[in-house]
Amino acid sequence: MLSMFFAPEIKEAAKAAVGQAAAATPAPATLPKLPPLETAHPWAMPTQASTFAESTDNLYFFITALSVFFFVLIMGAMFYFMKKYARRSEDQKTSSITHNGKIEFLWSAIPAVLLVVIFAWGEIDWIKQTTPPADAIDIRVTGQQWTWKVDYPDYPGVFLTSAMDEPLVTMMVPKGRPVRLIMTSEDVLHSFYVPAFRVKKDLVPGRYTTMWFEATTVGEFNLFCAEYCGERHSSMGGVVKVLEPEQFEAALREAAKLEQKATESPKDFGGRIYKRRGCDACHTLDDSPGNGPTWKGLYGKKETLSGGETLTVDDDYLRESILTPRVKVVAGYENVNMPSYQGQLDDKQITALIEFIKAQK
Amino acid sequence: MATPDKHSATDGAHAREPSFYTSKRGLMSWIITLDHKRLGMMYLAGTMFFFLIGGVAALTLRTELLTPELDLVTSATTYNKLFTVHGAVMVFLVIIPSVPAALGNFLLPLMLGAKDVAFPKLNLLSFWIYTLGACFFIYTLFAGSLDTGWTFYTPYSSNGGAQGTAVISATFGAFILGFSSILTGLNFLVTVHKMRAPGLTWNRLPLFVWAIYATAVIQILATPVLAITLMLLIIERTLNIGIFDPAMGGDPVLFQHFFWFYSHPAVYIMILPGFGIISELVAVHSRKHIFGYKAIALSSVAIAIISFLVWGHHMFVSGQSELAGVVFSFLTFAVAVPTAIKVFSWVATLYKGSIAFNTPMLYALAFLFTFTIGGLTGVFLGALSVDIHLHDTYFVVAHFHYVMMGGTIIAFIGGLHHWWPKMTGRMFNEAHGRWGCLIVFIGFNMTFFNQFIVGQQGMPRRYATYVPQFQLQHVLSTIGSYILGLGLFWTLFYLLRSLKTGAQATDNPYGGASLEWMTQSPPIEHNFHGQPRVDTDPYNFPQIDRSGGMDHH
Repeated sequence: MLSMFFAPEIKEAAKAAVGQAAAATPAPATLPKLPPLETAHPWAMPTQASTFAESTDNLYFFITALSVFFFVLIMGAMFYFMKKYARRSEDQKTSSITHNGKIEFLWSAIPAVLLVVIFAWGEIDWIKQTTPPADAIDIRVTGQQWTWKVDYPDYPGVFLTSAMDEPLVTMMVPKGRPVRLIMTSEDVLHSFYVPAFRVKKDLVPGRYTTMWFEATTVGEFNLFCAEYCGERHSSMGGVVKVLEPEQFEAALREAAKLEQKATESPKDFGGRIYKRRGCDACHTLDDSPGNGPTWKGLYGKKETLSGGETLTVDDDYLRESILTPRVKVVAGYENVNMPSYQGQLDDKQITALIEFIKAQK
Repeated sequence: MATPDKHSATDGAHAREPSFYTSKRGLMSWIITLDHKRLGMMYLAGTMFFFLIGGVAALTLRTELLTPELDLVTSATTYNKLFTVHGAVMVFLVIIPSVPAALGNFLLPLMLGAKDVAFPKLNLLSFWIYTLGACFFIYTLFAGSLDTGWTFYTPYSSNGGAQGTAVISATFGAFILGFSSILTGLNFLVTVHKMRAPGLTWNRLPLFVWAIYATAVIQILATPVLAITLMLLIIERTLNIGIFDPAMGGDPVLFQHFFWFYSHPAVYIMILPGFGIISELVAVHSRKHIFGYKAIALSSVAIAIISFLVWGHHMFVSGQSELAGVVFSFLTFAVAVPTAIKVFSWVATLYKGSIAFNTPMLYALAFLFTFTIGGLTGVFLGALSVDIHLHDTYFVVAHFHYVMMGGTIIAFIGGLHHWWPKMTGRMFNEAHGRWGCLIVFIGFNMTFFNQFIVGQQGMPRRYATYVPQFQLQHVLSTIGSYILGLGLFWTLFYLLRSLKTGAQATDNPYGGASLEWMTQSPPIEHNFHGQPRVDTDPYNFPQIDRSGGMDHH
């Protein structure tokens, strides 16, 4: 392939141009490690993995075929005229044609008819795609800069999130069962987009939007945020995993489990929570700026609150900030809407998280 | 053929008067000039300057996209600021004013056989409001370190933390610029109605004038919506009444409705004047009467009207009602028909013509190629189910660049070459021009065609980093953008060089039949020596074979 020829060289050249400085500082917005190539070759459409995909693609190919036909027709005429009627002498005579009612009617009416066909086809599929069946499994999706939080009302206690630098499963769905997503956002607009399913819908703060799909292929598929949502918009990705229906519930409970392993220290467990619960979306570990204060050197630090008083960051303050984050806000972060983790993290998890923060010296 | 009356004359017959450049001298004569031609040239300089800024931002972000990771710019925020600067500058400071304000100002009164626009002082005011707005807007973009994208969607733009109230200042900047375009539109509207030369009936107006006229209508009717949006934003901020902010009970989708209610018609403010240029170029350089004059003229007006009713197609996945989606999809397809009519008519104009492949014509032919792709790919996005997949991906990015760059900017550059001898009195080097057009054409297609591919594969737009599977097309696209940049710098170089070394232009180097070619190059201060009179339409070239009489089918 072409890419093998020059892509690495270009990459090297670009890196060299940036020089040592960029190489020394790691990029703060890391890339989510998403499943590899979903297409047959670099020019193909993504895999078809939902019941919508085939019809959407068929319309796509229908429009492509019509477009190619008309493009070749128009360009063919243009190039033919260019060759045939090129100016050969200064006094070359030209035709006195100014219009032709019949031709003009035809080239208005034919496209109009074809466009109505395309409209109707798109509209019929659109109605299907916006009408979830009654037996769909409900999943609640909440967007927050820059993670996805996924709740399963039908499976109490099950809760998934995306992480910014780990190939974490953000959502699990059974194959062959319709799934309805009820979505909202805690801060700004986001958009839930799974190319392999050909579905997309915005998440809007202050209201709920819904979409549905039925997966047809077992596997892992890219999830992207498609509506610009700020600094790390391009890192707000995840993985949607499709399972056989009989494996679904067990696998879902396993994936949602966030328990300390026998050999794991509280600190390491805290590190896993940091990623799994999306803390990493706002709190950095390397002193680089984020939506919330960095955790590097946070424990034991003297902070000034928005009201003007000062305090030293200790276990109590950290716990309070996790459960009721809007009460004592560090000065400069008044506009940040950190959500409460009351009911989402248990005592053991909070303790582990505090141990992890303590270790970030 | 339009003729000046017997007291005036074209080449030679009349003693040449000093051109509008030399009739008055000194800096003040430019700053307070009432001459539409001088104002047009100043708009042109401003537009070119901002094109350079927007272009440098584009090349920087294309370079960043060579690799999936961040490596050229050190943070995603820098990348986000770059695409904001690129988009906002190109839309509000380059594409909107390029054809109407720069070429429109220069050419409209000349094409109408008038001494100036109807309100020359208002025209001067428009220019200085544009300058003020441009300064304010640039200041907002850089000092306010705006990273919202050119669409300023709330709530990110209104409470996103770092930007604070960016949306208010940015909308204010866009509104100042919009105010200038309202005044220009009003001026042009009155000029077309009241200042036409004797005999220049509506059916004899050059199609460029029709296009500018339709554009002026949109400018006057759509731009005030910006003011309403601005006022609502200020009311929300100062009186704490929830309008767009969900924290106060407002609805962010409402902002999108307001934004696109202005910005979608603005898309046609951007493209209609380009259509006008192409009509002139295709007819003059093939010495053929334009095919379907009435269809082209009226389709501009039809597009102007329908353009007000399709804004919701930017919001198919935004959470607006499904029924609204269906209605907007249907109306969007309705816009496709008059657009298709234009393309067919331009190609038909070439039939049995005498086609000269000089630089302006090459740009017109390049336009037919790129704009046809831009138009056809719009059909994909109008179809509801397909749009769900393609919405907010690179497919959209590729589509609107094929329309805005492959349409408006290519037409603008073509028009600039076509009227360059008239505007400057100098001929550019024709060979240099053809090479430039070829390089721009290749670079443009290589840059943006690849983006259709990554778009259909699902790469969302406004991504600083991306999954490695998209790299091949991104590398090709970036190489294309370098070729495109090279072509544009080359064009700038030889055009500027022609001012010094170019051959003296004759009054009518391309054999045009509309009134602007009946006066000196560059024109005298009052445009014409006497009152021109018109007895036929502007596409009756002397080479047309009349032996069989006028051909009516």
